[in-house]
Amino acid sequence: MGSDREHAGGTHDLGRSRTAVAAERVIEAVIRICGFSAIFFVFSIFLFVLLSGSDFIIHRLDIREFLLSPEWVPTSVSNKRYGTMALTLGTFSVTGLAMLIAVPFGLGAAVFVSEFTDGRTKEVLKVVIELLAAIPSVVWGFIGLVIMNPLIIAMFDAPIGLNVLNGGILLGLMSVPIIVSIGEDAIKAVPDSYREASMAMGATRWQTVVHVLLPAARSGLLAAVLLGVGRAIGETIAVLMATGHAVQIPHSPLDSVRTLTATIASELGETARGSDHYQALFTIGILLFALTFVVNLSADLIVRGVRGEQR
Amino acid sequence: MNAALPFSTTDVTRTNRRRESIVRALLGIVTALLVLPLLAILALLVKHGAPALTLDFLLSSPAAGMTAGGIFPAIVGTLWLVGVSLAIAAPIGVLAAIYLNEYAGDHWGTRIVNLAIVNLAGVPSIVHALFGVGAFVLFLHLGTSILSASLTLAIMTLPVIIASTKEALAAVPMSFRQACWVLGASRWQTIRYVVLPNSIQGILTGVILQVSRAAGETAPVMFTGAAFYLPFLPQSVNDQCMALSMHLFTLSTQVPGVPEALPYATALVLVGLVMSVNLTSILLRSYLRSRRRW
Repeated sequence: MGSDREHAGGTHDLGRSRTAVAAERVIEAVIRICGFSAIFFVFSIFLFVLLSGSDFIIHRLDIREFLLSPEWVPTSVSNKRYGTMALTLGTFSVTGLAMLIAVPFGLGAAVFVSEFTDGRTKEVLKVVIELLAAIPSVVWGFIGLVIMNPLIIAMFDAPIGLNVLNGGILLGLMSVPIIVSIGEDAIKAVPDSYREASMAMGATRWQTVVHVLLPAARSGLLAAVLLGVGRAIGETIAVLMATGHAVQIPHSPLDSVRTLTATIASELGETARGSDHYQALFTIGILLFALTFVVNLSADLIVRGVRGEQR
Repeated sequence: MNAALPFSTTDVTRTNRRRESIVRALLGIVTALLVLPLLAILALLVKHGAPALTLDFLLSSPAAGMTAGGIFPAIVGTLWLVGVSLAIAAPIGVLAAIYLNEYAGDHWGTRIVNLAIVNLAGVPSIVHALFGVGAFVLFLHLGTSILSASLTLAIMTLPVIIASTKEALAAVPMSFRQACWVLGASRWQTIRYVVLPNSIQGILTGVILQVSRAAGETAPVMFTGAAFYLPFLPQSVNDQCMALSMHLFTLSTQVPGVPEALPYATALVLVGLVMSVNLTSILLRSYLRSRRRW
C-alpha cells in the first residue's frame, strides 16, 4: 500500500455538522474493531479449547503418553488410556496418501490450466474445479461409504473398504481444488518476460515450464501444497465416514484407521461434560489447532517471502 | 542428421515437438481426471436419488424412525442456519475487509490481522465445533441452538467473506477514491458513496458464494445446534433444528435399514442447493467482470 492511499484528513470536518462528524467517528471505530476481530477470534478459539481441557491438561495429562502411546482407550473402567499416537498416524497416513494423489494431479492441472489452455476452456476448467471444491464434506463421505467401499472390496479383495485408501482418495480429491487454484496463481504470477526470454532461446512450452516457470514459482507451489495438507489434516466428516473407525497403527493402505478429527467427532457426543475423556478430546483439539497452525503459518511465510523477493 | 541450417526443422525440434504434444495430452488427461469425479458424483446422485425426489419428499417430515418420509425439517433447518450465520458473518466480514483495504496501512498490526485471517481459515472444522461448544453452548449459555450453531458457522466463514470482499474492494480503481478525496470528501464518505456502490455486487456475490458453502458443513453444527431428529420446526434461534448435511450423515451412518434412495435423494438436494447457489454466484461474478467499465 503506497502513499497514494493516504487521505489528507483534517479538512473534511469543515462545514459539516458536529453530529455528522461524530457519527463518522463511530462508524470508523466499528470498522476498526471488525478489522481486528480475526485476531480476537483466533485467540478465543485457542483459549476456549485450551480452557475446556485445562483441568485434564494440568492434572492428568502425561504428555509423553499422550503423544507417543498408541493406546486410546478412554472408556475402559479400570485402565483408561489417552495415547494419540495411533490417531496421529491415522491422520498422517490418510493425509500422506491424499497428497500422493493431490500433488501430482493438482500441480499438473495447475500447469495445464495456466500454460496450455486459454479463453473459454480455461474459464470452464476453473469453474469446474471450483465446483469440485463446493461438494460438501458429508457428501464425499457418503460417496466413500456407498461407492468406494464396495469398489475397494471388489478390487483388492479386502475384508472392508473403509480404510486409509478410501479416505486418502477422497481427501486427495477434496484437496486438489485448493492446490490447483493457489498453484495456478503462483505460476501466473511469474512475469511474462521470463516466458518470452525462454521462448526466444528456442525452448518449447514444456521446457519453459520445467526449466523456468516451476523453479520461479517454487515457493508459491510449495505454499499451495502446504495449504492442501492443512485442509487434509483438518477434514473431519468425510474421513470419519470413510476410514472405518479402527484405532490402530496402519501397516497398509487397506487397514482401517481413525484420525484425530474423526475421534473428536465420533466421541464428543457420548462423553459427559467435564469428564477426563471429554477434556482429552479438547486436548486433541489443541493438538490439531497447533498442527494446522504450523502448516498454515509456514505456507503464509513462504508466500510472503515470495512477495518480498518479487518486490 | 543434416547439417542444421538455421530455421530448418532438425531432429531436435521434431523430438521436442513430439514431446510437447505428449506432455500436453498427459496434462490434459490429468485435468480431465479431476473433472471426471465431479461428473460421476453428480450422475450417481441423480441416477439413484432422482426417483425418490418428489414434492412429497421435499415437503414432509421423516417418518418410521427415519426410514421413510421426507426432509422438510432438514431443509428448513439448513435455511435457518445459513440465514442467521449470514446475518452475523456478512457485516463483520465486510467491515473487516473495508478496514483492511481502505484504512489499514502496511504495518505490523495489519500483518498480524492478515496472519490471523489465514490461520482462522485453516482451523479444522471440528476445532470450530469444539470452540462453539466451549464458547457459545456452555460459556455464553446459549445451549445447543440455532444461534450457537450459526455463530460457529459465522466465525468459520468469516475469513472467506473477508477475502472475497477485499478482492471486490480492490477492484475499484484508486483514481475513483482520489477524485473523491480531492473534492473534499472524508474517507468514510468516499467509501460510502464511491467505493461501496462500485463494488456492492462483487461483495454480494462473494458473500453468497461463501455462505452456500456453510450450508454443506456438518462438523461445526453437529454439537452446537443440529439435532438428529426433531418432530417440530424451529420457532426461534433458541431452538435446535435439523440440517440437510447432518441428516445425510445420520441416514448413512446412524440409522439401520434406510432404503437406499433416501440418503441419495438427500445428498442430491444438498449438492443441488450448494451447487446451484455456487454456480449462480460464479456466473454472476464473470458477468460483472465482463461488464466492468474500467
